[in-house]
Amino acid sequence: MTKPHLIVIGNGMAGCRAVEEILARDADRYRITIFGAEPHVNYNRIMLSPLLAGDKSFDDIVINDLAWYADNAIELVASDPVVAIDRKIQTVTARSGRVESYDTLILATGSDPFIIPVPGHDLQGVVTFRDMDDVGAMLRAADAGGDAVVIGGGLLGLEAAHGLSLRGMKVTVLHIMPTLMERQLDEAAGWLLKEALEARGQTILTGADTAEIYGQGKVEGVRLKDGRDIPAALVVMAVGIRPNVKLARAAGLAIGRGIHVDDHLVTSDANVLAVGECVEHNGLVYGLVAPLWEMCRSLADGLVATPSGYTGSVTSTKLKVSGIDVFSAGDFSGGEGCEDIVMRDAARGIYKRVVVKDDRVIGAVLYGDTQDGNWYFDLLKKQQDVAEIRDALIFGQAFASGGAASANPNAAVAALADDAEICGCNGVSKGRVVGAIAGGACTLDAVRACTKASASCGSCTNLVEGLLAVTLGAAFNGERTAPTVCKCTSFTHEDVRRLILEKQLKAIPEVMQALHWMTPDGCSSCRPALNYYLLCAWPGEFIDDNQSRFVNERMHANIQKDGTYSVVPRMWGGVTNPKELRAIADVAEKYEARMVKVTGGQRLDIFGIKKEDLPAVWADLNAAGMVSGHAYAKALRTVKTCVGSEWCRFGTQDSTGLGIKTEQMTWGSFMPHKFKIAVSGCPRNCAEATIKDFGVICVDSGYELSIGGNGGIKLRGTDFLCKVATEQEALDHCAAFIQLYREEARYLDRTAPWVERVGLDYIKARIVEDVEGRVALTARFHFSQRFMQDDPWAKRAAGDDYKLHQHLAEIRPLATPSLVAA
Amino acid sequence: MSAVGEWLDIGPVDQLPALGARTLPVRGGREIAIFHTANGEVYALANQCPHKQGPLSQGIVHDTTVTCPLHNWRISLVTGEALGEDKGCVPVIPVKIDGGRILIGRAAALEGVA
Repeated sequence: MTKPHLIVIGNGMAGCRAVEEILARDADRYRITIFGAEPHVNYNRIMLSPLLAGDKSFDDIVINDLAWYADNAIELVASDPVVAIDRKIQTVTARSGRVESYDTLILATGSDPFIIPVPGHDLQGVVTFRDMDDVGAMLRAADAGGDAVVIGGGLLGLEAAHGLSLRGMKVTVLHIMPTLMERQLDEAAGWLLKEALEARGQTILTGADTAEIYGQGKVEGVRLKDGRDIPAALVVMAVGIRPNVKLARAAGLAIGRGIHVDDHLVTSDANVLAVGECVEHNGLVYGLVAPLWEMCRSLADGLVATPSGYTGSVTSTKLKVSGIDVFSAGDFSGGEGCEDIVMRDAARGIYKRVVVKDDRVIGAVLYGDTQDGNWYFDLLKKQQDVAEIRDALIFGQAFASGGAASANPNAAVAALADDAEICGCNGVSKGRVVGAIAGGACTLDAVRACTKASASCGSCTNLVEGLLAVTLGAAFNGERTAPTVCKCTSFTHEDVRRLILEKQLKAIPEVMQALHWMTPDGCSSCRPALNYYLLCAWPGEFIDDNQSRFVNERMHANIQKDGTYSVVPRMWGGVTNPKELRAIADVAEKYEARMVKVTGGQRLDIFGIKKEDLPAVWADLNAAGMVSGHAYAKALRTVKTCVGSEWCRFGTQDSTGLGIKTEQMTWGSFMPHKFKIAVSGCPRNCAEATIKDFGVICVDSGYELSIGGNGGIKLRGTDFLCKVATEQEALDHCAAFIQLYREEARYLDRTAPWVERVGLDYIKARIVEDVEGRVALTARFHFSQRFMQDDPWAKRAAGDDYKLHQHLAEIRPLATPSLVAA
Repeated sequence: MSAVGEWLDIGPVDQLPALGARTLPVRGGREIAIFHTANGEVYALANQCPHKQGPLSQGIVHDTTVTCPLHNWRISLVTGEALGEDKGCVPVIPVKIDGGRILIGRAAALEGVA
C-alpha cells in the first residue's frame, strides 16, 4: 500500500517545523514533499539579524540541512514555488509546470513585508528585510558604503538598523509613532531604547512621516512630510508584515486577515491545513515565532496523534540587539483595575514594569535586565495568583521565591513549569531539555546538539546549564567540560580561539561584538585573555592593547605591595659581567632602590623603583647593553643554566652556551602564562631543569628534553619528551613545544596543567612523531618572534606611553599657583 | 564662584588614555586617580584600594569599574564601593568636564591636607 502524500507549501520555519512535529509522532505515516520559493534549505528567519550584523554565517542559521531531508525521505522542491491549487482533484501546480497530487496539503506561506505605497517605493535600493535575498542586497549596499534609512522603528526595523550600522553604514531610523516599538514597549522603555541606540551612533527620528523616496533610477534619499530630507543609498522598509494568502484566496479557501483555521489548524477544506504567519485563528494573526511552535504541535497532534487543540498564543518579545536587553509580554496599556509596579535603576540603566490585575500578572516590560522575563511570562501565561509574592514581584524570581532561591540560582530554573520556554530562538521547552538530559545528554554541547536549545543566539545558555545542574545533581560538575573564558561570555577558551581564526577577528571589540559579549568592554579576566589570543593568532598584524594588559605587563615591571616596582634586566643564561653589574649598582643608588635581590631564575632584581622613574632606569640599563628581562610577563622568563663542560668536571655538554642560545631564540615571546627553561650540564641537574616548563639535561650522547614541570603551589616534575643528538635539534624541539603551548593552551594555564589535560601522548604525537608538524610549529614560532623580539624598555625610555608614567598634574595646596602641570 | 573656586582645573581630557587612568598627587594629602572609561566618562577616586591600599590607577578599567592590580578587588568608579563579595569604600572626588578640561571638586580633592 502506498503511503498518503503530504505536500507542504513553504520551506520556512513553520512548514518544516510542522513536518518535524509530524515525524516525531509518526515517522512513517506520509510520503512528504516540500515546495519552497527560495533556493535554500530551511533556515532560521529570526536569525537574519545576526546574519546581517555579521555575527553568524548562513551555515550557523540553517535549521535543517540537506541531510535532514534525505534522512527523512523528504523531497525538497526548492526555487519552484507553487502557483496554483486545485482542491477538486487535489493537485498543486508549481511555477515550472510540475503537477503533484496530494492527500493532505499544508499551507505555510508565511507573510509578506508591507510596502508603504509612497512615490519612489519601487526605486532600486529600496529593500525589505525578510529573506536571504534581502540580506544579500543590504550587504552589497553596505559594502558600497554610504548612508542608510530604515523606515519602521519596530523589532525588525531596529534589528536591520543595528546590523547595517555594524556593517559601517550611517543609519537613520524613521518611525511614524512617537516612541520606538510602541506595540511592545511602553513610553519609558521606548525612550531608554532610543537613547541607547543613539549612543551607538544611529539617528532615530520619531514622529517621522515619509512623503517620498527620491532618486534618479536608484535611491538617493528620503523626504519627510515636514520637509526634512535625508540622503541615503539604501532604504529598508520594515513597517510590518501581512499574511500571504494569495494562493489560499485563489483556491477559494475561507480568508479573513489570514487563512481561517480551526483549533487543529484545518482550513475550510478538511484536506488542507495551514500554519504559521499566514493563518488567522480566533480573529488573531501572529508575527512572532513562539505561536508558530505551538501551532505546529497542535497541527501534528490533530493530524497523526491525539488532537490537543490550539487555543491561541500569548506572546512575548525579545530584541536581538547585542548589549541592549529588551523584553515585553502581554498587556501594559494600563486601565481600570490595573496596578503598575515599576522599578528604575538609572545608574545601571534598568527599567522594569509589571502590570498586575486581580492578583494576576497581565503584562511586563523589562529594559536592561531581562533575566526574569521568562518567569513573568510564565506567571502571565499560567494566570497564577501572585497575591502572596506581590511585594517582592518586581525584584524578580530569586527574591520573590524567598531566601532559598536567592542563595541558589538553580532553584529559579527548578521552579519553572515543564512547558516554560527555555530557548526562544528554537522554541524549546524546559520539558524537552530535561527529557534530553534524562536521555543521556549530560553536557551543554550535548543538549545543544540534540535539542538546539541555546544553540542560536546563546542568551539562554545559563538556563540550560541550570537545568543540567538541577537534573543531574552531583553528577553535573557545575561547569562544562571546558570552562567559559569568564562571566562576560558563554564561550570557552577553545571556542574563542577557534572563532578568532574562523571569523578572522582582529580586534578586541570585534571579538566581543561577534561573540555576543555580555558586558560592554569585558572585564579584567577576559580582556588580557583576548589580547593574548589575538596577539598569538595574528603575529605582526594585531596591535597590542596596552589597556588590556595586567599592570605588570603594561608597566614592564613588577608592581609591589607599596605601589613601587621592581626591575629585572635580562642576563642571558644567567651570565653577567662587570659592566652590567656596575650599571645595575649605579641604577640602584641613583634611584634609591631599597633592595637588590638575586632571583630564583639567576637574575638581579632591583626593588623600590617609582613608576615615574622607570623610563630613566631603563634608559640607564639600555645604555649598558641590557634589555627587559620580562620578569613581569606571561612570557619567556629565564633560561637557567649551570656552568657545564666549560668549567665543571662533571659537565658533558656546553649547557651555559645552549642556555644562552635558547634564551636568545625565545626571549620576548608572549605566552598563555610565564614560561621557564633550564639547561643542566649533567644528570646531577644543578640548574633544576626537571621543574621547568621546558628542561634540558645534557648527557654524553646528547640532550634529554622534558616538559611540563613547575615549582609553585603544586610542584610537578617534568615528563620526559625525547632525546636528541644535537643542540640544533634541542632548540627546534623547544621552539615547537612553545608554539604548541602558545596556540592551544588556555590563557593563564601553565604548561603543567595543560600537559595533564591534553596528555603527554598528545604532546609526543605533535612534537616527536609528527615531524612535518613539528617543523611547521617551529617555523610559526620563528615567524612570530620576528615581531616580538623588540625591547619594550627602549621604546618607553624614548618617551612612548609617557602618560603611563607621568602624573597628570600635581596639586600643591599651600603654594601659588595651586596647580603645577607635570 | 569665589576667587579660589570650588573646582580645580587639572588639565585637558585628551591627556587621559582611553580605558585607563592617570595620577594626581596632592602635596600633603592623598594621591588621586583620574579614570577614563570606554565611552569617555571621567571619574576620580582616592588612589588607594580599601583592601590593601593598592594603586587603583594601575588597574584594568572596564565599564564603570576598575579592578585593583594587587588582589583583583573590583571598585565602582561611580560610588567608590567595592563590588561583589568584597566590602569597603574608597572616597570619590566629584568631576566635571568643561570645554575639554577636567575639573575636580576642590574640597574633596584637598580632604586630609594638613
